[in-house]
Amino acid sequence: MMFFDQILQGIFLGAYYALIACGLSFLFGVMRIINLAHGSIAVLSAFLVLSLAEHFGISPFFALLLAVPVMAAAGFVLQRTILERSLRSGPLTPLLSTFGLAVVLDNSMFQSFGANTRSLAPNIGDLSFAGWSGPGGIEVGQLAVLTLVVAVALLSGLQALLTYTPLGRAIRACAEDPETAELVGIDARHVYAAATAIALVTVAIAGTFLAMRSTFDPYTGPTQLIFAFEAIVIGGTGSLWGTLIGGIVLGVAQNLGSQVSPQGFLIGGHLAFLLVLAARFAFAGRDWRGWFGVRSRAVA
Amino acid sequence: MWEVSARSHEMSERPNVLNAAAIVKRFGSFAAVTGVDFQVGAHEAVGIVGPNGAGKTTLLNVLAGTYLASAGTVHFEGSDISHLDAASRCRLGIARTHQVPRPFANMTVFENVFVASSMGGGHSRERAYEGCIASLQLCGMLDVANRQAETLGLLDRKRLELARALATDPKVLLLDEIGGGLTDAEAAELVAIIKQLRARNIAIVWIEHILHVLLQVAERLVCMDAGRVIAEGVPEVALAHPAVIEAYLGSGVT
Repeated sequence: MMFFDQILQGIFLGAYYALIACGLSFLFGVMRIINLAHGSIAVLSAFLVLSLAEHFGISPFFALLLAVPVMAAAGFVLQRTILERSLRSGPLTPLLSTFGLAVVLDNSMFQSFGANTRSLAPNIGDLSFAGWSGPGGIEVGQLAVLTLVVAVALLSGLQALLTYTPLGRAIRACAEDPETAELVGIDARHVYAAATAIALVTVAIAGTFLAMRSTFDPYTGPTQLIFAFEAIVIGGTGSLWGTLIGGIVLGVAQNLGSQVSPQGFLIGGHLAFLLVLAARFAFAGRDWRGWFGVRSRAVA
Repeated sequence: MWEVSARSHEMSERPNVLNAAAIVKRFGSFAAVTGVDFQVGAHEAVGIVGPNGAGKTTLLNVLAGTYLASAGTVHFEGSDISHLDAASRCRLGIARTHQVPRPFANMTVFENVFVASSMGGGHSRERAYEGCIASLQLCGMLDVANRQAETLGLLDRKRLELARALATDPKVLLLDEIGGGLTDAEAAELVAIIKQLRARNIAIVWIEHILHVLLQVAERLVCMDAGRVIAEGVPEVALAHPAVIEAYLGSGVT
């Protein structure tokens, strides 16, 4: 039963990883950019939501609503000022510029907010610890369930956006071939800016959940980036539902690892990541799309 | 939806829909196009021929807005579009197909055409849907509309290029060697489609190496070599021009 409980908790943890990974996956699928500032932006939005919640004395969920347009605007600016320029000079430059952005963000947050560890847990009352008891002593946290629901809703929403809306079709067309997309009347600059804005909205949501479910400080970003990155690689790059599965595999592996040894949490996750990576190299050349029976939509 | 024009087909009475003047396109120190004047009359079908490296595709890219000209101007229906990007030009009514088809491979045939119809044609959902169906029908692709574009063969990919360009409601359609790589029978199918576009008053600019295919449609030929226009006019006259014969066959032995 202990084993089952760990898997269950791993799934809930994985839902958070999917939440943090989906913006990174989305941006990679659309623009072939690995945004190394992703984790730092998540922490930045956590600070933003925390500041709003404390300043106005409002619930973090309401503060998140206020933060969403701010982060969307920030995404637009990020695309126009940094990503677009660096994309012009080859695939490596965005890596460097977003790495630089991460360093700047982390240290600016350290300057502004200090080294103290923060959390939104005190702002959400019972939700941070309330749960339901199941048979065999299994406890299911309300926040964990909410995370899973939000993750599934967000991924479904993104999938629906890509499949059914004019913007979504334009995003997919640009992801495949921006030059041809221009030739059928799609303004790729506009589409990329919109896609980055969407990605940063998902980051704002992820950052809020990061702050509610645990503690964070200005240097939490890189760790979150690694978890997001591992979830994406396990689940398949650019595939949204793969990201959910990747997050869950990572979460379960970490939880099972922690059962083996106290240091096993991170090692379990990294091990799962390496195993999947090795399997991919071993079976290189096969068609990995549809690996989980889902077609990736955002993949080029 | 479309009306066959009642206008005279006399060339002199047609205003130019597309007017490119003194176009130069340089890539570094290499000039691919060196001072080309090029006009397309409304509803006209112009063929562009010339040996490889003559600058035909570069000229097409400058007209479509994929490249901005290094010098010279492009006017469309009287207004200067020299500095507009490809997406804006497409929305004005200039569409282009690729020599090697470039479908959005992970989208269905329908989605490929629908995205063109809604974004390039600027239509609302219903109008875009109708335009999309009309384009697919004209190009004979309704039965494969729900197939993933990557599963199509070459002829269907070429048809899809046509259908997608057509869905943007072009006034001028730029075709880059759409007959290349096809058998005569397959090329004949495309010619039949392109003739229907002509009947719908869409002006055509067509680069093609396969002359007997091109001549079924083109009213006027422009012959290019080494980045400039060496002859133009009615096909028989243009092809008989000494400079054209020399560009293709070399000069006679003396």
